[in-house]
Amino acid sequence: MAETRSPSTDQDISEALGERIRRADAEGTPLRIVGGDTKAFYGRHVQGRPGEGEILSTREHRGITTYDPVELIVSVRTGTPMAELEARLAEHGQMLPFEPPHFGKTATVGGMIATGLSGPRRPWVGSVRDFVLGTRVVTHEGRQQRFGGEVMKNVAGYDLSRLMVGAQGTLGLLTEVSLKVLPRPGARRSLRLEMPLAEALTKLAEWGRQPLPLSAAAWHAGALHLRLEGGPSSVAATRERLGGEELDASFWDDLREQRLAFFSRDDARPLWRLSLPPNTPPLALPDVEADDLLYDWAGTQRWLRSDLAADTLREACARAGGHATCYTPGAAEPFMPLAPVVAKYHRRLKAELDPRGIFNPGRLYAAI
Amino acid sequence: MNIHFDARLDGDLPDIDKAEVLADLQRSLPELTLLHREEDLHPFECDGLSAYRVLPMLVALPETLEQVETLMQRCRALGVPVVTRGAGTGLSGGALPLEKGVLLVMSRFNRILEVDPDARLARLQPGVRNLAISEAAAPYGLYYAPDPSSQIACSIGGNVAENAGGVHCLKYGLTVHNVIQVEVITIEGERMTLGSEAPDAPGFDLLALFTGSEGMLGVVTEITVKLLPKPETAKVLMASFDDVEKAGRAVGDIIAAGIIPGGLEMMDNLAIRAAEDFIHAGYPVEAEAILLCELDGVEADVDDDCATVRRVLEVAGATDIKQAHDEAERALFWAGRKNAFPAVGRMSPDYYCMDGTIPRRELPRVLKGIADFSEEYGLRVANVFHAGDGNMHPLILFDANREGELEQAEELGGKILELCVEAGGSITGEHGVGREKINQMCAQFNPGELTTFHAVKAAFDPGRLLNPGKNIPTLARCAEFGAMHVHDNQLPHPELPRF
Repeated sequence: MAETRSPSTDQDISEALGERIRRADAEGTPLRIVGGDTKAFYGRHVQGRPGEGEILSTREHRGITTYDPVELIVSVRTGTPMAELEARLAEHGQMLPFEPPHFGKTATVGGMIATGLSGPRRPWVGSVRDFVLGTRVVTHEGRQQRFGGEVMKNVAGYDLSRLMVGAQGTLGLLTEVSLKVLPRPGARRSLRLEMPLAEALTKLAEWGRQPLPLSAAAWHAGALHLRLEGGPSSVAATRERLGGEELDASFWDDLREQRLAFFSRDDARPLWRLSLPPNTPPLALPDVEADDLLYDWAGTQRWLRSDLAADTLREACARAGGHATCYTPGAAEPFMPLAPVVAKYHRRLKAELDPRGIFNPGRLYAAI
Repeated sequence: MNIHFDARLDGDLPDIDKAEVLADLQRSLPELTLLHREEDLHPFECDGLSAYRVLPMLVALPETLEQVETLMQRCRALGVPVVTRGAGTGLSGGALPLEKGVLLVMSRFNRILEVDPDARLARLQPGVRNLAISEAAAPYGLYYAPDPSSQIACSIGGNVAENAGGVHCLKYGLTVHNVIQVEVITIEGERMTLGSEAPDAPGFDLLALFTGSEGMLGVVTEITVKLLPKPETAKVLMASFDDVEKAGRAVGDIIAAGIIPGGLEMMDNLAIRAAEDFIHAGYPVEAEAILLCELDGVEADVDDDCATVRRVLEVAGATDIKQAHDEAERALFWAGRKNAFPAVGRMSPDYYCMDGTIPRRELPRVLKGIADFSEEYGLRVANVFHAGDGNMHPLILFDANREGELEQAEELGGKILELCVEAGGSITGEHGVGREKINQMCAQFNPGELTTFHAVKAAFDPGRLLNPGKNIPTLARCAEFGAMHVHDNQLPHPELPRF
């Protein structure tokens, strides 16, 4: 049966949040939605300037509202710490398959959805949005609405739940989310293979066409790091076949949380995330050394330390069919500018769902 | 229900004259195949929901994107609604034509543009058949995962419009999880790319929004899907039960054992007998329910999982467990399930297929409810169930030649869907709302939520010319059909036009 538990900290403050939003809408006050405040660096400042926007905190709105491990579905209020949710799933041998980064102890489920960031397992199982089944949202008029639900399949109406993922809170306030969860794999091994980049990319393309139990693949500084997850038999057989040396599993946590030396703050150059199609060869970028790059997601997510001009970098990514995001705070446009027609429909959607521009205005783009 | 567009309940449309529209389109698109004589229009009067038929005003069969662009621009200028159709296999009347509308048929865009085995992507025109994708990918050991029952005939464009599913959704997801990029043409005749071949695209996830939007936001003109490596092996177990509830509980037990089957299907006695009579798949006709459990992956893991599932099924009280001993028998076990709809069709002059979803734990209660409705209406109901993901397909057997029986079947179907909503589920898991379930949407969403849907629509198609009368009901329709959530007897926003 569905299990609900209510520690004393669990509470539903959605009415109060709705009231606050109604007032902001009436007054035209821009709001800055804050959960655990661990991902403020990701994106623009509200209204493009630090300190702008009245803070709307979701921290008090917390608790797991339904969790039935056999249904593989959990519903959770957005102010709930990610760590609390993950611990609860682990008690039942389950996990968030997209392995989201926390970037801090206080990280909340709301921020996880609003930023839509996924971890090393993403190319093999899917991203945050792939596991979102439903949301509860407070509209600009302060009304609570529900889209999707606690079922695996649901195609009634437009998919507003997935639209909210990565929208950075610009279309409404997320108050609850229902997620599909999965059992933790029966076996897990990590390994490290010394090999040059070109060989690693060739191998990854070849392995991608085979039913191998891969669940993470990152190359940096002359070595390919792999994680195998699945049934004990296949993981053991694949480990045997691939050889290499044993790698501590904490490598993947450090990669996900950007704690590896590569991400060190001592390096003053901006940190860029390049998102590229599978099998994209190394980009020809001026003044970029091999060690300035870390290839994750089998080469489809590349981290770059570089002083290159945003336009130069973005043109190179766009030519390859991808885009680039700046992870270092302070960039004028951390997200790649949209094609004019796509931008027009972003503005129209924003105008329809947030006509007074109160939800994190400017956080994603100046006009959104 | 009244299948015809009703301005009072579906919103006003501009008054248009067929001769004028025809002349305009012929003038602006002299190369476009445009059908307008009644005898030419008949083949397009319905989609897979053949009980609903409306003759379109005109049928357009474009062959180039430029034609689609111009067609959209002209239709917008003339105020003519556009209904887009793929292969016409949809089961909810999503491609039901309008008497005063153009039916835009995308079937001539049927080329596979590219299969890239190293990137594991296929780029497709919308008219490419679902199964043809896997066939084209097969030489590389790859396949396209979503496999709706109609996969021989249905097109990928329609799959995107409906967010189509299939029997492997629990493990491999729906269309939304397997499509990574689409090209669309808006009602204003602009082209845009949504999604990316890269893992993500900047901005809002408009790809997710467009997937399953039933042709209400734009016309999909190209689709890029991801391909998966074919599992090394797939094995299927068939378990018989003398009680439907036991079978339902066994489903939960399998998942509780930490196993995610590639497919997990359930059929009740009436469906078993229908399928066995038609396909001779070796189904146990005495069983009250069977479960088909397919395990796929690497050989060694699959063998381990088969042993685990077998133990779970025994403990759950299965009266018999058979494992398909070769590929031919595996295909046969599945043939019975995949042909369940036509098999039931042989038992009755007509049947009506429902598509509700529920949390699995509600299965016993919902099945009991369906049995009660079946008795109340005097109509037999066969149950076929994507048990793994909670998607039910009750098939209501009726005879349309008997006065009032279609209406009875529709009413019974509506009650089943409302029961699904009440159990915390949805009125549609994979077939879409279309015209068919437009009234039941009022049970699933309150007026505020419907207003938000209308706002999304307005961002892309303010003139409401794309597939009007489908998917999202007007507040006026919901008020009329009573099932609407009305708080304190007050509609929100009395000032808004109730389109």
